[in-house]
Amino acid sequence: MCQKLMIETGQSLSVKEPLPEGKYPSGQEAQETIAHVSPWQEIWQRLRVHRFFQWGAFVLVLLVLLAIFGPLLTPYSYDGTNLSEGLKPPSSEHWFGTDDLGRDIFTRVAYGARISLWVGLAAVSGSIVVGTLLGLVAGYFGRWIDTLISRLFDIMFAFPSILLAIAIVAVLGGGLVKALIAISIINIPTFGRLVRSRVVSLVQEEYVQAARAIGLGHAPIIFRHILPNTIAPVIVQGSLGIATAILEAAALGFLGLGAQRPTPEWGRMLADAREFFQSAPWTVFFPGVMIMITVLAFNMLGDALRDVLDPKLKT
Amino acid sequence: MFQYTLRRLFMLIPVLFGMSVIVFAIVHLIPGNPAETMLGERATPEAIERLTQEYGLNEPLPTQYVLYVKNILSGDLGTSLRSKRPISEEIWPYLAATIELAFASMLFAVVIGVNAGIISAWRRQSWFDYVSMLIALIGVSIPVFWLGLMEQWIFANELHWLPSTGRDNARDPVQAITHLYLIDSLIAGRWDQFLDVVRHLILPSIALGTIPMAIIARITRSSMLEVMNADYVRTARAKGVKGFSTVYVHALKNALIPILTVVGVQVGFLLGGAVLTETIFGWPGIGRYIYEAISFRDYPVIQSGILVVATLFVLINLLVDLLYAWIDPRIHYS
Repeated sequence: MCQKLMIETGQSLSVKEPLPEGKYPSGQEAQETIAHVSPWQEIWQRLRVHRFFQWGAFVLVLLVLLAIFGPLLTPYSYDGTNLSEGLKPPSSEHWFGTDDLGRDIFTRVAYGARISLWVGLAAVSGSIVVGTLLGLVAGYFGRWIDTLISRLFDIMFAFPSILLAIAIVAVLGGGLVKALIAISIINIPTFGRLVRSRVVSLVQEEYVQAARAIGLGHAPIIFRHILPNTIAPVIVQGSLGIATAILEAAALGFLGLGAQRPTPEWGRMLADAREFFQSAPWTVFFPGVMIMITVLAFNMLGDALRDVLDPKLKT
Repeated sequence: MFQYTLRRLFMLIPVLFGMSVIVFAIVHLIPGNPAETMLGERATPEAIERLTQEYGLNEPLPTQYVLYVKNILSGDLGTSLRSKRPISEEIWPYLAATIELAFASMLFAVVIGVNAGIISAWRRQSWFDYVSMLIALIGVSIPVFWLGLMEQWIFANELHWLPSTGRDNARDPVQAITHLYLIDSLIAGRWDQFLDVVRHLILPSIALGTIPMAIIARITRSSMLEVMNADYVRTARAKGVKGFSTVYVHALKNALIPILTVVGVQVGFLLGGAVLTETIFGWPGIGRYIYEAISFRDYPVIQSGILVVATLFVLINLLVDLLYAWIDPRIHYS
């Protein structure tokens, strides 16, 4: 698997550093150097010097810390109302100010980070599992199964995603979990198509033909030999997908179709703060900035991962 | 080209069929009697019975589906439960409002996106390149609704430069003929109204167009970079063609295909994604029409609205496909 991945990424096996004149290694030495660096190590080496990765990971670590410890930094709870403290601008007591019900926006935003990160990860995980399975089946078995699944993807792609999400929520009913399921469903074809296109070319590879020739069953071929080679683009798309999922969850929340009051989901907070934003712009500003920063971090990570893992996808 | 067009049209059939099934299923997947769901908890048994009869809801599902498709093909999109009017009659003004907004957003996205992408590729690794790619990265990460609210706050409420909501001046409304207000105001010969409509369009179209603009800028940059290393561009340079025309005349032509693909996909995004922008800017478009139907349980509107938008989306994508088969003849054979 590892070797295959290296070939696919088109990377050389060793980390290239210019050698001093006259000190070229013998063939055997070179072999040994190669053996020391595993593909994952090399990916890591390339990744950690990627500026987008550094920034994205840094911001993400901060966000996770905020999600875990943020609510502990303030004496307030996310739903504790205090009308006499309503719409207070940012101060040393309330770092991000308060909303109309006197709730501390920083505390709510920190709780919101838990929700958004969870929603993003969970929704994308669902899309990845279902999409990858469908893609594997379609690409591997081909024929009518492929036609059926591919057409299904075409049809789902024919709906603008947010509208499809709205329609699904209209069927399932509102709420954060329902919104999460809707987001998960609408992103299935993205992963499905990606995996399918990869599998279609992998099936033609000699090592898959060889596996078949020695009488291996479908399941071992698919899961042991094909699946690992589809992982790289899925990881890249997954990271970008989390960004999209967080945006979509916030959009549904903003439309009142996602998280419900008093859940401090960022999109929902924005919707609730809308009527006060002229007199108290901070109520709108902070939740929005948080969404943007989080999505930006995942997009940067995705871009960096794409550069390193799958340069062919580069746009 | 003719054969290719035919084949592409033929491929539309299963997609349109599947779409109609999904849209049909939306109402029928909801547990319980659709008539009850549509009318709400307080509906009288008589009203439920009437609606059940009217929509043939006690027929078997396949029969209902066939009836549904028949109606659609004959141009009957159902009747809105809220306004009691045929949807096919009342949908156009909403659709026109969205089309106008989507058009303005696309104009913004293409003009800024393509030029920013070209200049970034041309002046690679300059400060312009870094700044515009940073803006593009932020652009794809910004929530549309938040951007819209910020625009309203800064440009409408603080600076008073532009109107914050609506399509035209409520005190001097545009006489609706086509419902595309830019055209209607011109037909009426009212330049003042035309300018007013343009002023109303600016903020929402920037909000809606930012994500496509960012995506177009990135794709333009990368496809221009690819093309600009090509031999023929070098030859053009060697022949003494000036920088500007090498980039805009020679290179751009061949970088167009990926750009066009993205533009096609983004038009669909604009039609569907407009619901958020429309909510913020009080824009009476199709997204808002569908969204409001949800809170009123106006299922015929939800069904038909989504079907109309999705069909438009599919047709636009078809148009884009045909367009690049026309630009790049090699596509015929693939």
